[in-house]
Amino acid sequence: MGELLRTPLFDLHVELGAKMVPFAGYEMSVQYPLGVMKEHLHTRASAGLFDVSHMGQVILRGESYEAVATAFETLVPMDVLGLGAERQRYGLFTNDAGGIDDDLMFANRGDHLFVVVNAACKDADIARMKTALEPDVSVEVIEDRALVALQGPAAETALARLNPVVAEMSFMDVATVTLNGAECWVSRSGYTGEDGYEISVPAAEADALCRALLGMDEVEAIGLGARDSLRLEGGLCLYGNDIDATTSPIEAGLIWAIQKVRRAGGDRAGGFPGASRVFGDLAEGVARKRVGLAPQGRAPMRAGTQLFAAAEGGDPIGEVTSGGFGPTLEGPVAMGYVGSAQAAVGTEVFGEVRGKRLPVMVAKMPLVPANFKR
Amino acid sequence: MKFTEEHEWLRVEDDLVVVGITAHASEQLGDVVFIELPEAGTEVTKDEEVCVIESVKAASDILAPIDGEIVEVNEPLVEDPGKVNEDPTGDAWFFKIKAADPSQMDDYMDEAAYNKFIG
Repeated sequence: MGELLRTPLFDLHVELGAKMVPFAGYEMSVQYPLGVMKEHLHTRASAGLFDVSHMGQVILRGESYEAVATAFETLVPMDVLGLGAERQRYGLFTNDAGGIDDDLMFANRGDHLFVVVNAACKDADIARMKTALEPDVSVEVIEDRALVALQGPAAETALARLNPVVAEMSFMDVATVTLNGAECWVSRSGYTGEDGYEISVPAAEADALCRALLGMDEVEAIGLGARDSLRLEGGLCLYGNDIDATTSPIEAGLIWAIQKVRRAGGDRAGGFPGASRVFGDLAEGVARKRVGLAPQGRAPMRAGTQLFAAAEGGDPIGEVTSGGFGPTLEGPVAMGYVGSAQAAVGTEVFGEVRGKRLPVMVAKMPLVPANFKR
Repeated sequence: MKFTEEHEWLRVEDDLVVVGITAHASEQLGDVVFIELPEAGTEVTKDEEVCVIESVKAASDILAPIDGEIVEVNEPLVEDPGKVNEDPTGDAWFFKIKAADPSQMDDYMDEAAYNKFIG
């Protein structure tokens, strides 16, 4: 292990009394004195500010947006070319076996593509893009910007105080916006199931911007602990837990992320790694599916909990991939994979916790309804 | 009050030993969301796992600090696990043991020693 990296907001975290933990090679704030439960509830009720600067920010440039988009479509099964200017989309890097090597966000910023990837995968993602896209498309890793997320029903009110323009943005819009004197790249998105924004801000101005936001009554600093329970209630995948190099987008229930134009019969069908498996899964169905899980008792079912079709006997039919306590649901919440036969909402399966099989209901995702500004 | 290296406290009440976790432990665990208590009447031996508590972060085992019989458990805690964070050394006791060998308590730390232990 090399030395842990620090984000531009490290000093602010320490000053706020954060508990810092190693995460994906960075010293990150897992919680503040408020604690995970109250941080989670505050985000759903008002607005939470998250430091996600550990994530990778990359700019892809070529002769034109169309040229970059066409090249990028060789790496992802998404409609990149058809994405409107100043719009963002969820994407996946697939591998040759049709598994998922990372999930990401990409935005059409007029003359270039802006890509945000997971911290733990970013070195591999950058190498992948460089190998596949250079020299026609340049791959510029953005090292001098922080990335923060402001999430929750009061996010708009809070951020609009710094620049009213942000109130005009719709879900998945992107814009360059001056906030607190800093040139920020803002998207109306996030990963909590709440309305909100992700803000790429020059590193030197990140601390001041965050202090301006934290000075508002609506806003509290929120750590990665609450980020995890928020995204879990929101039915959103954590790469490495809920999706990985072996899960196909179809098993993962991410078919909605593959636009029709890239599917079989579409104008630009295929042409991404693993297309044959993805199309095969689509045509023939899959043996396992990612589902929401609502444990019926009070006991949390953590990642790795084995799932069974019956209260006794039989082999496992699946496994919990993320699980814990959902503060908004006031009870345990999980997601995982089950056999297609058990994947219908309302099916009762059993999770083995400390040697006991406890009932768990396959539940509609997201478990807490999303609150996006469409 | 006596304290174990597992961050449990023991308090003698009449002929019973009341057991819970320390304020330090509850802070380290974070918000407690689930407790599985043993059944009253269970015979336990020292260091046996008798109880599970889960916080928003992780599950932890609570060990029997001494040999004996569990004669009473704090049932209301199951419905209100957050009490462990609010009042760890008071209302949020876990169980009461009738000690088989009260001298087992002599090995545990007093409050000053425990405070030194947690630094």
